[in-house]
Amino acid sequence: MDPNTLAMFWAGIIALSILIYVVLDGYDLGVGILFGTTKDEDYRDHMIASVAPFWDGNETWLVVVGASLFGAFPVVYSVFLSAFYLPVLLLLFGLIFRGVAFEFRDRSENNRQLWDWGFFLGSLVVAFVQGAAVGAMIRGIPVENGQFSGGPFLWVAPFPIFCGIGLVLGYCLLGASWLVLKSDGDLRSWAYKRIPWLVLGVVVVLIVAMATTIDIRTRIEQTIFTRAWAFVFPVIGALALLGVVVAARKQRDGWPFPLSALFFLMAFLTLAEMFWPYMIPYSITVTNAAAPAQSLQFMFYAGIVVLPVIIVYSAVVYWVFRGKMRGTYS
Amino acid sequence: MDFDAVLLSRLQFAFVVTFHIIFPSFTIGIAAWLATIEGMRLATGNPIYRRVFDLWLKIFAVSFGMGVVTGIVMAFQFGTNWSAMSEKMGPIQGPLLAYESFTAFLLEATFLGVMLIGRDRVPPLFYWFACCMVALGTMASSFWILCNNSWMQVPLGHQFVDGKLIPADWWAITTGPIVRLRWPHMLLGAFLTTGMSVIATGAWYRLRDVHRAESRVMLHWGLALVAVLIPIQLLIGHFTGDYVHKYQPAKFAAIEARWKTQQPASEVLLAIPDPAQQRNLFAIEIPYLGSFIASGTWDSREVGLESFPEKDRPPVVIPFFTFRIMVGMGLIMLAISWFGLFLWWRRSLEVTRWFLWISFLAFPTGFVAVIAGWYTAEVGRQPWIVYGLMRTSEAITPSLTAEVALFSLICYAVVYVTVFSFGAYYIYKLLREGPRDRDRPSESATPSRPMAFADGRPGE
Ligand code: HDD
Ligand code: HEM
Ligand code: HEM
Repeated sequence: MDPNTLAMFWAGIIALSILIYVVLDGYDLGVGILFGTTKDEDYRDHMIASVAPFWDGNETWLVVVGASLFGAFPVVYSVFLSAFYLPVLLLLFGLIFRGVAFEFRDRSENNRQLWDWGFFLGSLVVAFVQGAAVGAMIRGIPVENGQFSGGPFLWVAPFPIFCGIGLVLGYCLLGASWLVLKSDGDLRSWAYKRIPWLVLGVVVVLIVAMATTIDIRTRIEQTIFTRAWAFVFPVIGALALLGVVVAARKQRDGWPFPLSALFFLMAFLTLAEMFWPYMIPYSITVTNAAAPAQSLQFMFYAGIVVLPVIIVYSAVVYWVFRGKMRGTYS
Repeated sequence: MDFDAVLLSRLQFAFVVTFHIIFPSFTIGIAAWLATIEGMRLATGNPIYRRVFDLWLKIFAVSFGMGVVTGIVMAFQFGTNWSAMSEKMGPIQGPLLAYESFTAFLLEATFLGVMLIGRDRVPPLFYWFACCMVALGTMASSFWILCNNSWMQVPLGHQFVDGKLIPADWWAITTGPIVRLRWPHMLLGAFLTTGMSVIATGAWYRLRDVHRAESRVMLHWGLALVAVLIPIQLLIGHFTGDYVHKYQPAKFAAIEARWKTQQPASEVLLAIPDPAQQRNLFAIEIPYLGSFIASGTWDSREVGLESFPEKDRPPVVIPFFTFRIMVGMGLIMLAISWFGLFLWWRRSLEVTRWFLWISFLAFPTGFVAVIAGWYTAEVGRQPWIVYGLMRTSEAITPSLTAEVALFSLICYAVVYVTVFSFGAYYIYKLLREGPRDRDRPSESATPSRPMAFADGRPGE
């Protein structure tokens, strides 16, 4: 296969995996954050139960993203991970604490508090750090000779921090929509009440972030204005958010989640189109980051065989656990 | 010694990978053991196998979970701390690691779930098939990792075009002469680790006089397995040494603590190497044997560390001792398993308490040997990260400062020690309790909550 096609194939696989990851792990991280905002034990048990069968599978998409990046775009893998050394550290700890909390909280008599906090803080940190990383990417990542050349606190600046908060709220929105979909009774109304506020929060943070950082704004305007059709994505995204509010008003259980997911899809496409053709904005492009054709070709079989199997299998798992949950796990 | 980002990153890598390897070396073996014992149950219909199976399945679930969490950390280490290596060597290392992730993922996504909760929902033959696939999956995963590491030990099948690394021959990379030795050596290491743990558990129950029938199954199977595998392992270990002798003479000299080139060479059995003065203190040596071990003749010339420029010499103390620890553990396993078989044949295995005590105390031998073996291979490879192509000092992330590296190292230490002591404690509790009579998997278990399965509480 032609090297450029191969590079595009892998860029596509990775983009798809990131998207699947963001929507899927997004809702279970969101549920984890919402978990920390209530003290009601019954709610908490039901929240955990609503994500228990899925979270591990959702998270594995992150590993797929990491490993495919290393194989197909080693430069991006190395620049990204070294630029975000500390955030990645926090991310890994967040994932560890969250992961073991599922198992340990039911079991421990004396340390339950500890694991509950671990679950909440772990989810919060993971969500925040991902948002901050995206924010820092939009600002641009300094690269010299194919290696990151900035400092460890690149992501500690107003814009990335707003993005972090924005993603926390966005994941909570996904989480609340998931709860609406999966629960009934008190928890369902509890989640419904939060949806409009979360939408408001997401919108406010987005606006504040844009308004307060002039250099970013010009940069965004430059890219967006040169590609007029690009407006389609933000507009559909805004409509989707509106739809979420309306659906919440009318209490249509099935609607908020797909609409929030649509919002995330649109946000993702907007970003992709802002970054294109860069993989690391604004220094490394898709084609000059690609590994040699021999590497991409060798990996091709993994992508073409394994991914479809996993997608089908995950779909089956979601099908098996479809509908409102019955009782809690544990 | 300078505590710069390179040294701190090396320490960090050593710390997290040591933690990680504990779980795979256990799970690879347990998965195979579970498949075997389930096969036996199908063949003989003996219910005792089912009870043993259920116990080890729970232990497998917990260990596997921890193997996954610690493994995810590993996958990111290359990029965070060794980004210069990831960037330059990525065209070869990346795809190998990607294959590992895809294999592991595929296995987790499909057969692990059946194995953990599907017992009552699928036909027995299919259940057994799932067990076999999980066992195969863990082995496949270790294969890709070993390909990667073997390429770092002896790079082959690549070429440089305009200074960029290009994979030229994937067959050589994945089935070269080094992988062909090191993968079996690692696999057998994992089987032996599990074998020794199974023996120890059997001996422990016997000593406490509980679960008599199960303990007999564990003792017999464990002893027989180790007794058969250990000679093979020693032989493969010997061939592994041959490859080191051929491709990494400096490592070989370090393992032997051979400072000066000798002809004929003697073998240092034990000593305290003194790097400052480049000699051995309190050495116990056997003349001529060094030549024989290295080359198979009694008078070959064997190079010493002096023949390598100072900057190309690996550390001596660690490879020297870890190698001897590994071999020592192997000899202990040999002694225990063969003597155990002898006692079994004399029909006094279960009453020879001193032997049961020794077998019980020998439970860590496998883990120790595996970790020691890796230290020999990895420390002996220094100062190269990819032998002959890239030095460890050139591989470091350029932007990483010593402060940040120190910070992350401390964090890893704190988090791992707290979180994983709970896990270890949990495995201990499961083992202590032993097989239970009516063991129905709790409904709360799902493929994604393997540890809830281990719980087995009547929480349905
Ligand atoms: C000989 C075996 C062996 C060795 C030396 C290593 N691993 Fe490992 N690893 C396994 C054998 C294994 C396994 C048996 O396949 C595990 C343990 C439990 C599991 O789920 O798979 C695993 C899990 C595991 C996972 C989780 C995969 C998943 O989502 O299931 C990752 C990402 C890695 N490993 C990566 C690494 C890296 C980067 C290593 C080296 C530096 C490494 N492993 C050394
Ligand atoms: C006479 C006995 C043995 C000999 C001569 C031997 C030889 C070796 C050598 C030379 C290495 C270094 C390979 C390298 O540098 O790449 C090694 C590594 C290793 N050994 Fe052994 N070994 C023996 C027994 C054992 C036993 C009993 C175990 C485990 C139960 C074990 C597990 C390992 C492991 C896990 C490694 C690291 C992986 C590798 O490099 O292949 N060895 N062994
Ligand atoms: C799981 C068993 C393993 C153990 C116990 C182990 C042990 C170690 C130790 C002790 C070091 C530090 C050596 C030193 O700096 O003196 C090290 C370094 C390293 N190892 Fe391993 N290793 C293992 C597997 C692997 C594998 C499978 C790979 C690659 C695929 C690998 C790649 C590296 C790298 C990149 C470094 C850091 C740079 C260096 O110090 O050379 N290791 N390992």
